[in-house]
Amino acid sequence: MTTKKTIRVLIAKPGLDGHDRGAKVVARALSDAGMEVIYLGLHQTPEMIVNTAADEDVDAIGLSVLSGAHNTIFPRVISLMKQKEVDDVLLFGGGTIPEKDHPFLKAEGVDRIFMPGTDTKEIVFYLQSALNDSTPSVIEGTASKS
Amino acid sequence: MKPQEMVDRILKADRRAAARLMTMVEDQSELASEIMKDIFACTGRSMLIGVTGAGGSGKSSLIEHLIGRFRKDDKKVGVVAVDPSSPFSGGALLGDRIRFQKYSLDDGVFIRSMGSRGYMGGLARASSDVVRIMEAMGNDVVIIETLGAGQDEVDIIHIAQTCLLVLTPGMGDDIQAIKAGIMEIADLIVLNKADLEGANSCIQSLESAIHYNLKKDKDVWVPRVVPTIASSMQTAECEGIEDLYQNIMEHQAFLHKTRRIDTVHAKRIEQELGLIFKDEVEKTVFAGLKGTGKKREYIESIIKGNNNPYSVVDEVLSTFLRTEKLE
Repeated sequence: MTTKKTIRVLIAKPGLDGHDRGAKVVARALSDAGMEVIYLGLHQTPEMIVNTAADEDVDAIGLSVLSGAHNTIFPRVISLMKQKEVDDVLLFGGGTIPEKDHPFLKAEGVDRIFMPGTDTKEIVFYLQSALNDSTPSVIEGTASKS
Repeated sequence: MKPQEMVDRILKADRRAAARLMTMVEDQSELASEIMKDIFACTGRSMLIGVTGAGGSGKSSLIEHLIGRFRKDDKKVGVVAVDPSSPFSGGALLGDRIRFQKYSLDDGVFIRSMGSRGYMGGLARASSDVVRIMEAMGNDVVIIETLGAGQDEVDIIHIAQTCLLVLTPGMGDDIQAIKAGIMEIADLIVLNKADLEGANSCIQSLESAIHYNLKKDKDVWVPRVVPTIASSMQTAECEGIEDLYQNIMEHQAFLHKTRRIDTVHAKRIEQELGLIFKDEVEKTVFAGLKGTGKKREYIESIIKGNNNPYSVVDEVLSTFLRTEKLE
């Protein structure tokens, strides 16, 4: 019997931002690709997002930001991830995030940013290749590969 | 994290360690059953409440209010929320947490979402292990929410001590109410959205159905119908929640007074044993067959008419399992 690791992803929209179509489309695409998506929806604070990610033990956090607050939200999420022992989790973002801000966000620790118009297949492929073989085992001395 | 460290941290209510072990039991990691041996010893003292009912009946919203009520008593609460996995992709959209957001910053509440991952019966294969982990963390109450269940998803009775069935008005006539299956497992029937038209006649037909179904034993628990109006508006109060809470406590008191709780515990262990046996036997057999080409041979011999599935299973099992009985 194979024990394949199921990829778990948290999808949320931080802050005061009501445009959740993109987040829903991505959530659906990831679930159609065989992942378990914990969908948190609108108006999440960085604290709510990181606490949930810790309890749900997700492999990745995807935040959709169309409010322009990305330079505030992502660094706050990242500092909480370090505090709460969630820093082995992949953080990615999507939405209207101007390219001039990407270098700053990447330096902070956002692994990848997807712009409007991205094919959902690209996001699926990104997560599968980033997570499938490199998920570090939390238990010492055991490999996570099945 | 070493296994022993993981156990120590979970027993000290460390959320991150608990969350990681939950993933391991879900993914059926080899090490998980070793760690669960130590966890198991520290369980069996929590109040376990099951909540089942059709999708959209208001299970999650109702649970949000129940969490709030138990938090008033300063009880620590764990919630296991199961949603269906896709039979095609294996993926799942786990959305129950949207209703529990009020408690995402409360240290006394631990919520875990699970995909059913092809397991039938309204729960996930690993649900009972996740409940055990929540007990070991020291949660006083663990609430288990099934996926949207219809008529036959009744596995919840093997875990929960008090079972709530959530219905809404307009779900069918009185014949629906006396059918076998899910209607029989409820200790409390919650008629949610009781402000909708038809609620009163619905309560009447449910109450008369309860009396059809009732066994005429002494000391029998008579299921009760509790109307509620659980709004998903986060600021709103839930009408009927205090009544529901009191009924839950009365059912728990009944279980302890009549020692029915012992039967419930025994049933739960029987179910867990069965599950673990089934998994381990399957694992042993498949591991033994893997790479031998035997499986293909068996299938071909059945197609050719030289063999049949029953004889194949007999043959395989007698190779892998000894047939003597235990002393």
